[in-house]
Amino acid sequence: MKNFQLERRQYIIGGLAMVVVLGYILRLAFLQLIPNDYEEIAWNNALYRKVIYPIRGVIYDRNGRLLVFNQPAYDVMVIMREVSNLDTLDLCNTLHISRQTFEERIKTIQNKDKNPGYSAYSQQLFMPQISESDFQVFQEKMFRFRGFYIRERTTRQYEYGYAAHILGDVAEVSAADIEKDDYYRAGDFIGKQGVERSYEEVLRGQKGVEILLRDSRGMIQGKYKDGAEDQRPHPGSDITLSIDIKLQALGERLMQGKRGSIVAIEPTTGEVLCMVSAPSYSPQDLQGKQRGTKIMQMLSDPSRPMLNRAVSGTYPPGSTFKTSQALTFMQEGIVDPDHTFYPCNGGFHYKNQKVGCHAHPSPLSLKPAIATSCNGYFCWGLVNMFGNRSKYSSVQDAMTRWKDYMVSMGFGYKLGIDLPGEARGMIPNADYYDKHLGRWNALTVKSISIGQGEVTLTPLQIANLGATIANRGYYITPHVVKSIKGGAIADSLTYKHHTMVSSRYYNEVVAGMRMAVTEGTCKGAQNPWYEVCGKTGTAQNRGHDHSVFMGFAPRNNPQIAVSVYVENGGYGATFGVPIGALIMEQYIRGELSPASQAQAAAIAHRVVN
Amino acid sequence: MQSDSTNKGIFLSLDWITIGLYLILIVWGWFSVCGACYDYDSPDLLSFDLKSGKQFVWILTSIGLACALLLIEKRFYYNASTPLYIMMMLILLITIFVAPDTKGSRSWIPIGPLKLQPAEFAKFTVALAIGKYMDRFGFNMSTLREFLKLTTFIFVPMLLIIGQKETGTALVYLSFFLVLYREGMTGSVLFAALAFVAFFIIGVKYANEPMGYMPTSAGEFWVLLLSLVCTIILVWRYCKEPAAVRNLVCFAGGTYLAAILFSAYVIPFNVCIVQIIVNVGAIIYLFVLYVYSHSYKYLLITIFAMLATGFFYGEDLIFHRVLRDHQRDRIEVLLGMNSDISGKGYNVHQAKIAIGSGGFAGKGFLKGTQTKLKYVPEQDTDFIFCTVGEEEGFIGSAGVLLVYLVFILRLIVLAERQPDTWGRVYGYSVMSIFLFHLAINVGMVLGIAPVIGIPLPFFSYGGSSLWGFTILLFIFLRMDAERNFKMRS
Repeated sequence: MKNFQLERRQYIIGGLAMVVVLGYILRLAFLQLIPNDYEEIAWNNALYRKVIYPIRGVIYDRNGRLLVFNQPAYDVMVIMREVSNLDTLDLCNTLHISRQTFEERIKTIQNKDKNPGYSAYSQQLFMPQISESDFQVFQEKMFRFRGFYIRERTTRQYEYGYAAHILGDVAEVSAADIEKDDYYRAGDFIGKQGVERSYEEVLRGQKGVEILLRDSRGMIQGKYKDGAEDQRPHPGSDITLSIDIKLQALGERLMQGKRGSIVAIEPTTGEVLCMVSAPSYSPQDLQGKQRGTKIMQMLSDPSRPMLNRAVSGTYPPGSTFKTSQALTFMQEGIVDPDHTFYPCNGGFHYKNQKVGCHAHPSPLSLKPAIATSCNGYFCWGLVNMFGNRSKYSSVQDAMTRWKDYMVSMGFGYKLGIDLPGEARGMIPNADYYDKHLGRWNALTVKSISIGQGEVTLTPLQIANLGATIANRGYYITPHVVKSIKGGAIADSLTYKHHTMVSSRYYNEVVAGMRMAVTEGTCKGAQNPWYEVCGKTGTAQNRGHDHSVFMGFAPRNNPQIAVSVYVENGGYGATFGVPIGALIMEQYIRGELSPASQAQAAAIAHRVVN
Repeated sequence: MQSDSTNKGIFLSLDWITIGLYLILIVWGWFSVCGACYDYDSPDLLSFDLKSGKQFVWILTSIGLACALLLIEKRFYYNASTPLYIMMMLILLITIFVAPDTKGSRSWIPIGPLKLQPAEFAKFTVALAIGKYMDRFGFNMSTLREFLKLTTFIFVPMLLIIGQKETGTALVYLSFFLVLYREGMTGSVLFAALAFVAFFIIGVKYANEPMGYMPTSAGEFWVLLLSLVCTIILVWRYCKEPAAVRNLVCFAGGTYLAAILFSAYVIPFNVCIVQIIVNVGAIIYLFVLYVYSHSYKYLLITIFAMLATGFFYGEDLIFHRVLRDHQRDRIEVLLGMNSDISGKGYNVHQAKIAIGSGGFAGKGFLKGTQTKLKYVPEQDTDFIFCTVGEEEGFIGSAGVLLVYLVFILRLIVLAERQPDTWGRVYGYSVMSIFLFHLAINVGMVLGIAPVIGIPLPFFSYGGSSLWGFTILLFIFLRMDAERNFKMRS
């Protein structure tokens, strides 16, 4: 029985099959031929990129003493997706945390704002750096805590409790760090301060990666392409600081109970021999779990122990600044070192203006003016320079010239030291006074010549001034890293900067500074072994004056230039001179004489509030 | 059938094209199983510890089974149709009670080291039985009584298999309705079925979405509108009464339009109220036509219109009361209402990633990661097509589909050349079952059909299904080889 009407239905049914198959092929084309992310998603599913952390470079002092090294630490990691049947109480007890801490931590991990790299599929940092004993117990129980893992890392350990500001610290990256540099993932460590930060890329090395195949339950099923695309980590490079840790230790001891800074530079190389910022702290304090609380505590401390005063603090340089003025006036022909005499009868007097000075013979020439730190001499010098209309068309013109000299000596701008947070200090220019004073002349601004007024320098810039005088006219950018293993320090750190003053005028200032030690304000720095040149400063301040010293030794072939700045320390001779002298002695002689040791102990016990 | 026909004659008249396609599919399937179950630790694909090794044995035994089936004469099946059917129904019934609970299903019977699923073997008995039933002289499907009797053959195994908690396998029996369509069932049944599927999808998906700015549910609006449109199409197609169509279009359509415009531009109100009134009016009108014309077609259309209009309101009940949670989840995932890719939608999402990541040429044999690392669940059984998509890319997966298309079209050709209704019905049954499996399984993997756990024939790992499909096919191939002999004179 044939029914042709019904026989036609075979085509409808065949057509239906075709529509289904062709429809599915279209869908396949849509899924497979149009560019999409599926392949990447599939790889992200399957590939587990196990990061292998390189060993961070260690840090030595200039004499090869180990300062900073690595020690294993254990982080607890969690993959949220894998966590199941967790005995929360057991985990909390094992790690010695409260249930509340546990819940807060999990909440923070899952918060995409606080943890931008969050994924339920990848390891997230649950708890950093658990103790060795906690680690032992945790490892035994780990099979019970599904989704929890141990990541072995290293932490920084410090051989000495000194140089915290120079060494800096290493800690977990912040969200901002991750955003700035793709290299970092949440939970990575990064140098936060000091050379750990400025030499981060040198010290950290390069992370390696092992690419593994991971199944849907998180089990590792083997190596991807037998490890062909794995990258071995490159260990970080070791660095050697120019710091002499023994000198640093002495400096920190001397500055106990005081605020301020000591900076010592090797003039011929620009290498920083010690850099003390007081108050300080032990670098070890910022490692491990207590880091957060310790930082909070220090940030709320009004004496600001976290601040590296040596490079970030800006102070009036006081009388140490007079050396730069002497150099400028001589080079500009305003004063003749031997034939120009200025009167100073208890200070600078002109019309109804007065700048006080102490008792000393008057009138006097340049060298005695430096030796006795005569205010009158330098005020007259500046007044004569800024008022010299045959040489400069206006006071602004003279001021600009003056500013150029200052800048050439490394003032007013960052010196470019290889530490973070350097301040530039303040050297006013003509525009500044035009704006702030309106009408002004040499008399209005004369106090800049004695390192007061608007002028501020960092202790580093003061030490650098000493190094420039020691070098008779040039300085090398100060730096704290002497060498990098398998590399070189930046060219900018070995660059020789010449000032605008010729070296013969420097010899005049050197003579003046020598005279200050032999018969002037720096007598306390006199010693039988070598010739010290120095200059005190007593920087006026709203409270007690700051005690300042700048000097170098020996006079010929100087080995060390130093600046000492003790906030509210009073006269320069009170703290600045003896501390500077002890630093120079320790460095040049390698030890302190018994008398000096006694003096050091006495200074270390003195507290300045 | 003449007894002097030799096996040699059978050998010559066998359809080697279909056998060739069968071999291509099972070999291709084996390689896919290899890709899906590959273990990085034991790369020996023939190892009996792996599913690929086991499947290899299933394939060899299937070929043996196929050869054996080719030796059994057509007459045997003709005579054995009814006893085989009854026996199989009894086995299905017993299975419910004796089968151990395997992941919530009671369909697997352990026989020694093997586990067999009787439901996979029941299909061919149903096909044989309905073929024989329809082959009676004077059988006329257009009578309701015969049609209902016929559907009983289909619904009995369906209910038994649902009793085994294998809903997916039970749904396969719906494919017999395609056979019935070929044999004369009115197309309006398929039309109505499709219409209700469409109502269901639209109703579920858009029930809670408003129509523009009107206080009207979009799902309700469209379902009511489509009910009316489908009713009018049925009247136009089956009743050949232009006046009735014109009246319905003008009055009902006009009122709809007026209500929408009024609601959209004058005073917003719930348009559905007007729609219900209009639809009820149309139902009354059709019933009046039935009373006057005495044409039962009007009565059926009236019933359709009543069901369709009431559907949206009953659907809510079905969706939230009758369906179980996981079934409701699957439908919500399919309709894109639930995009939780780590929970309910995980399977389908990972399957899409597997296929999408294959690209044009695929990742290469044994190089897929989604399936091998078990990101795709059931990657060697129900989701085996993912392996094809991932490792062989568009070329491979489109290739599989095209081979299947040729296979299915070839089965239609073979079915049409059968000398009797019995053979033709059996042929169409075989074709329909393969088509249903292909459409649902691949559709599910591609995310355009609901997740119903049925295998892709010849590809999915599993002895029962491979044997079941082999039996289904090779009984037909032997029948076809004897096509020159008619069973009923």
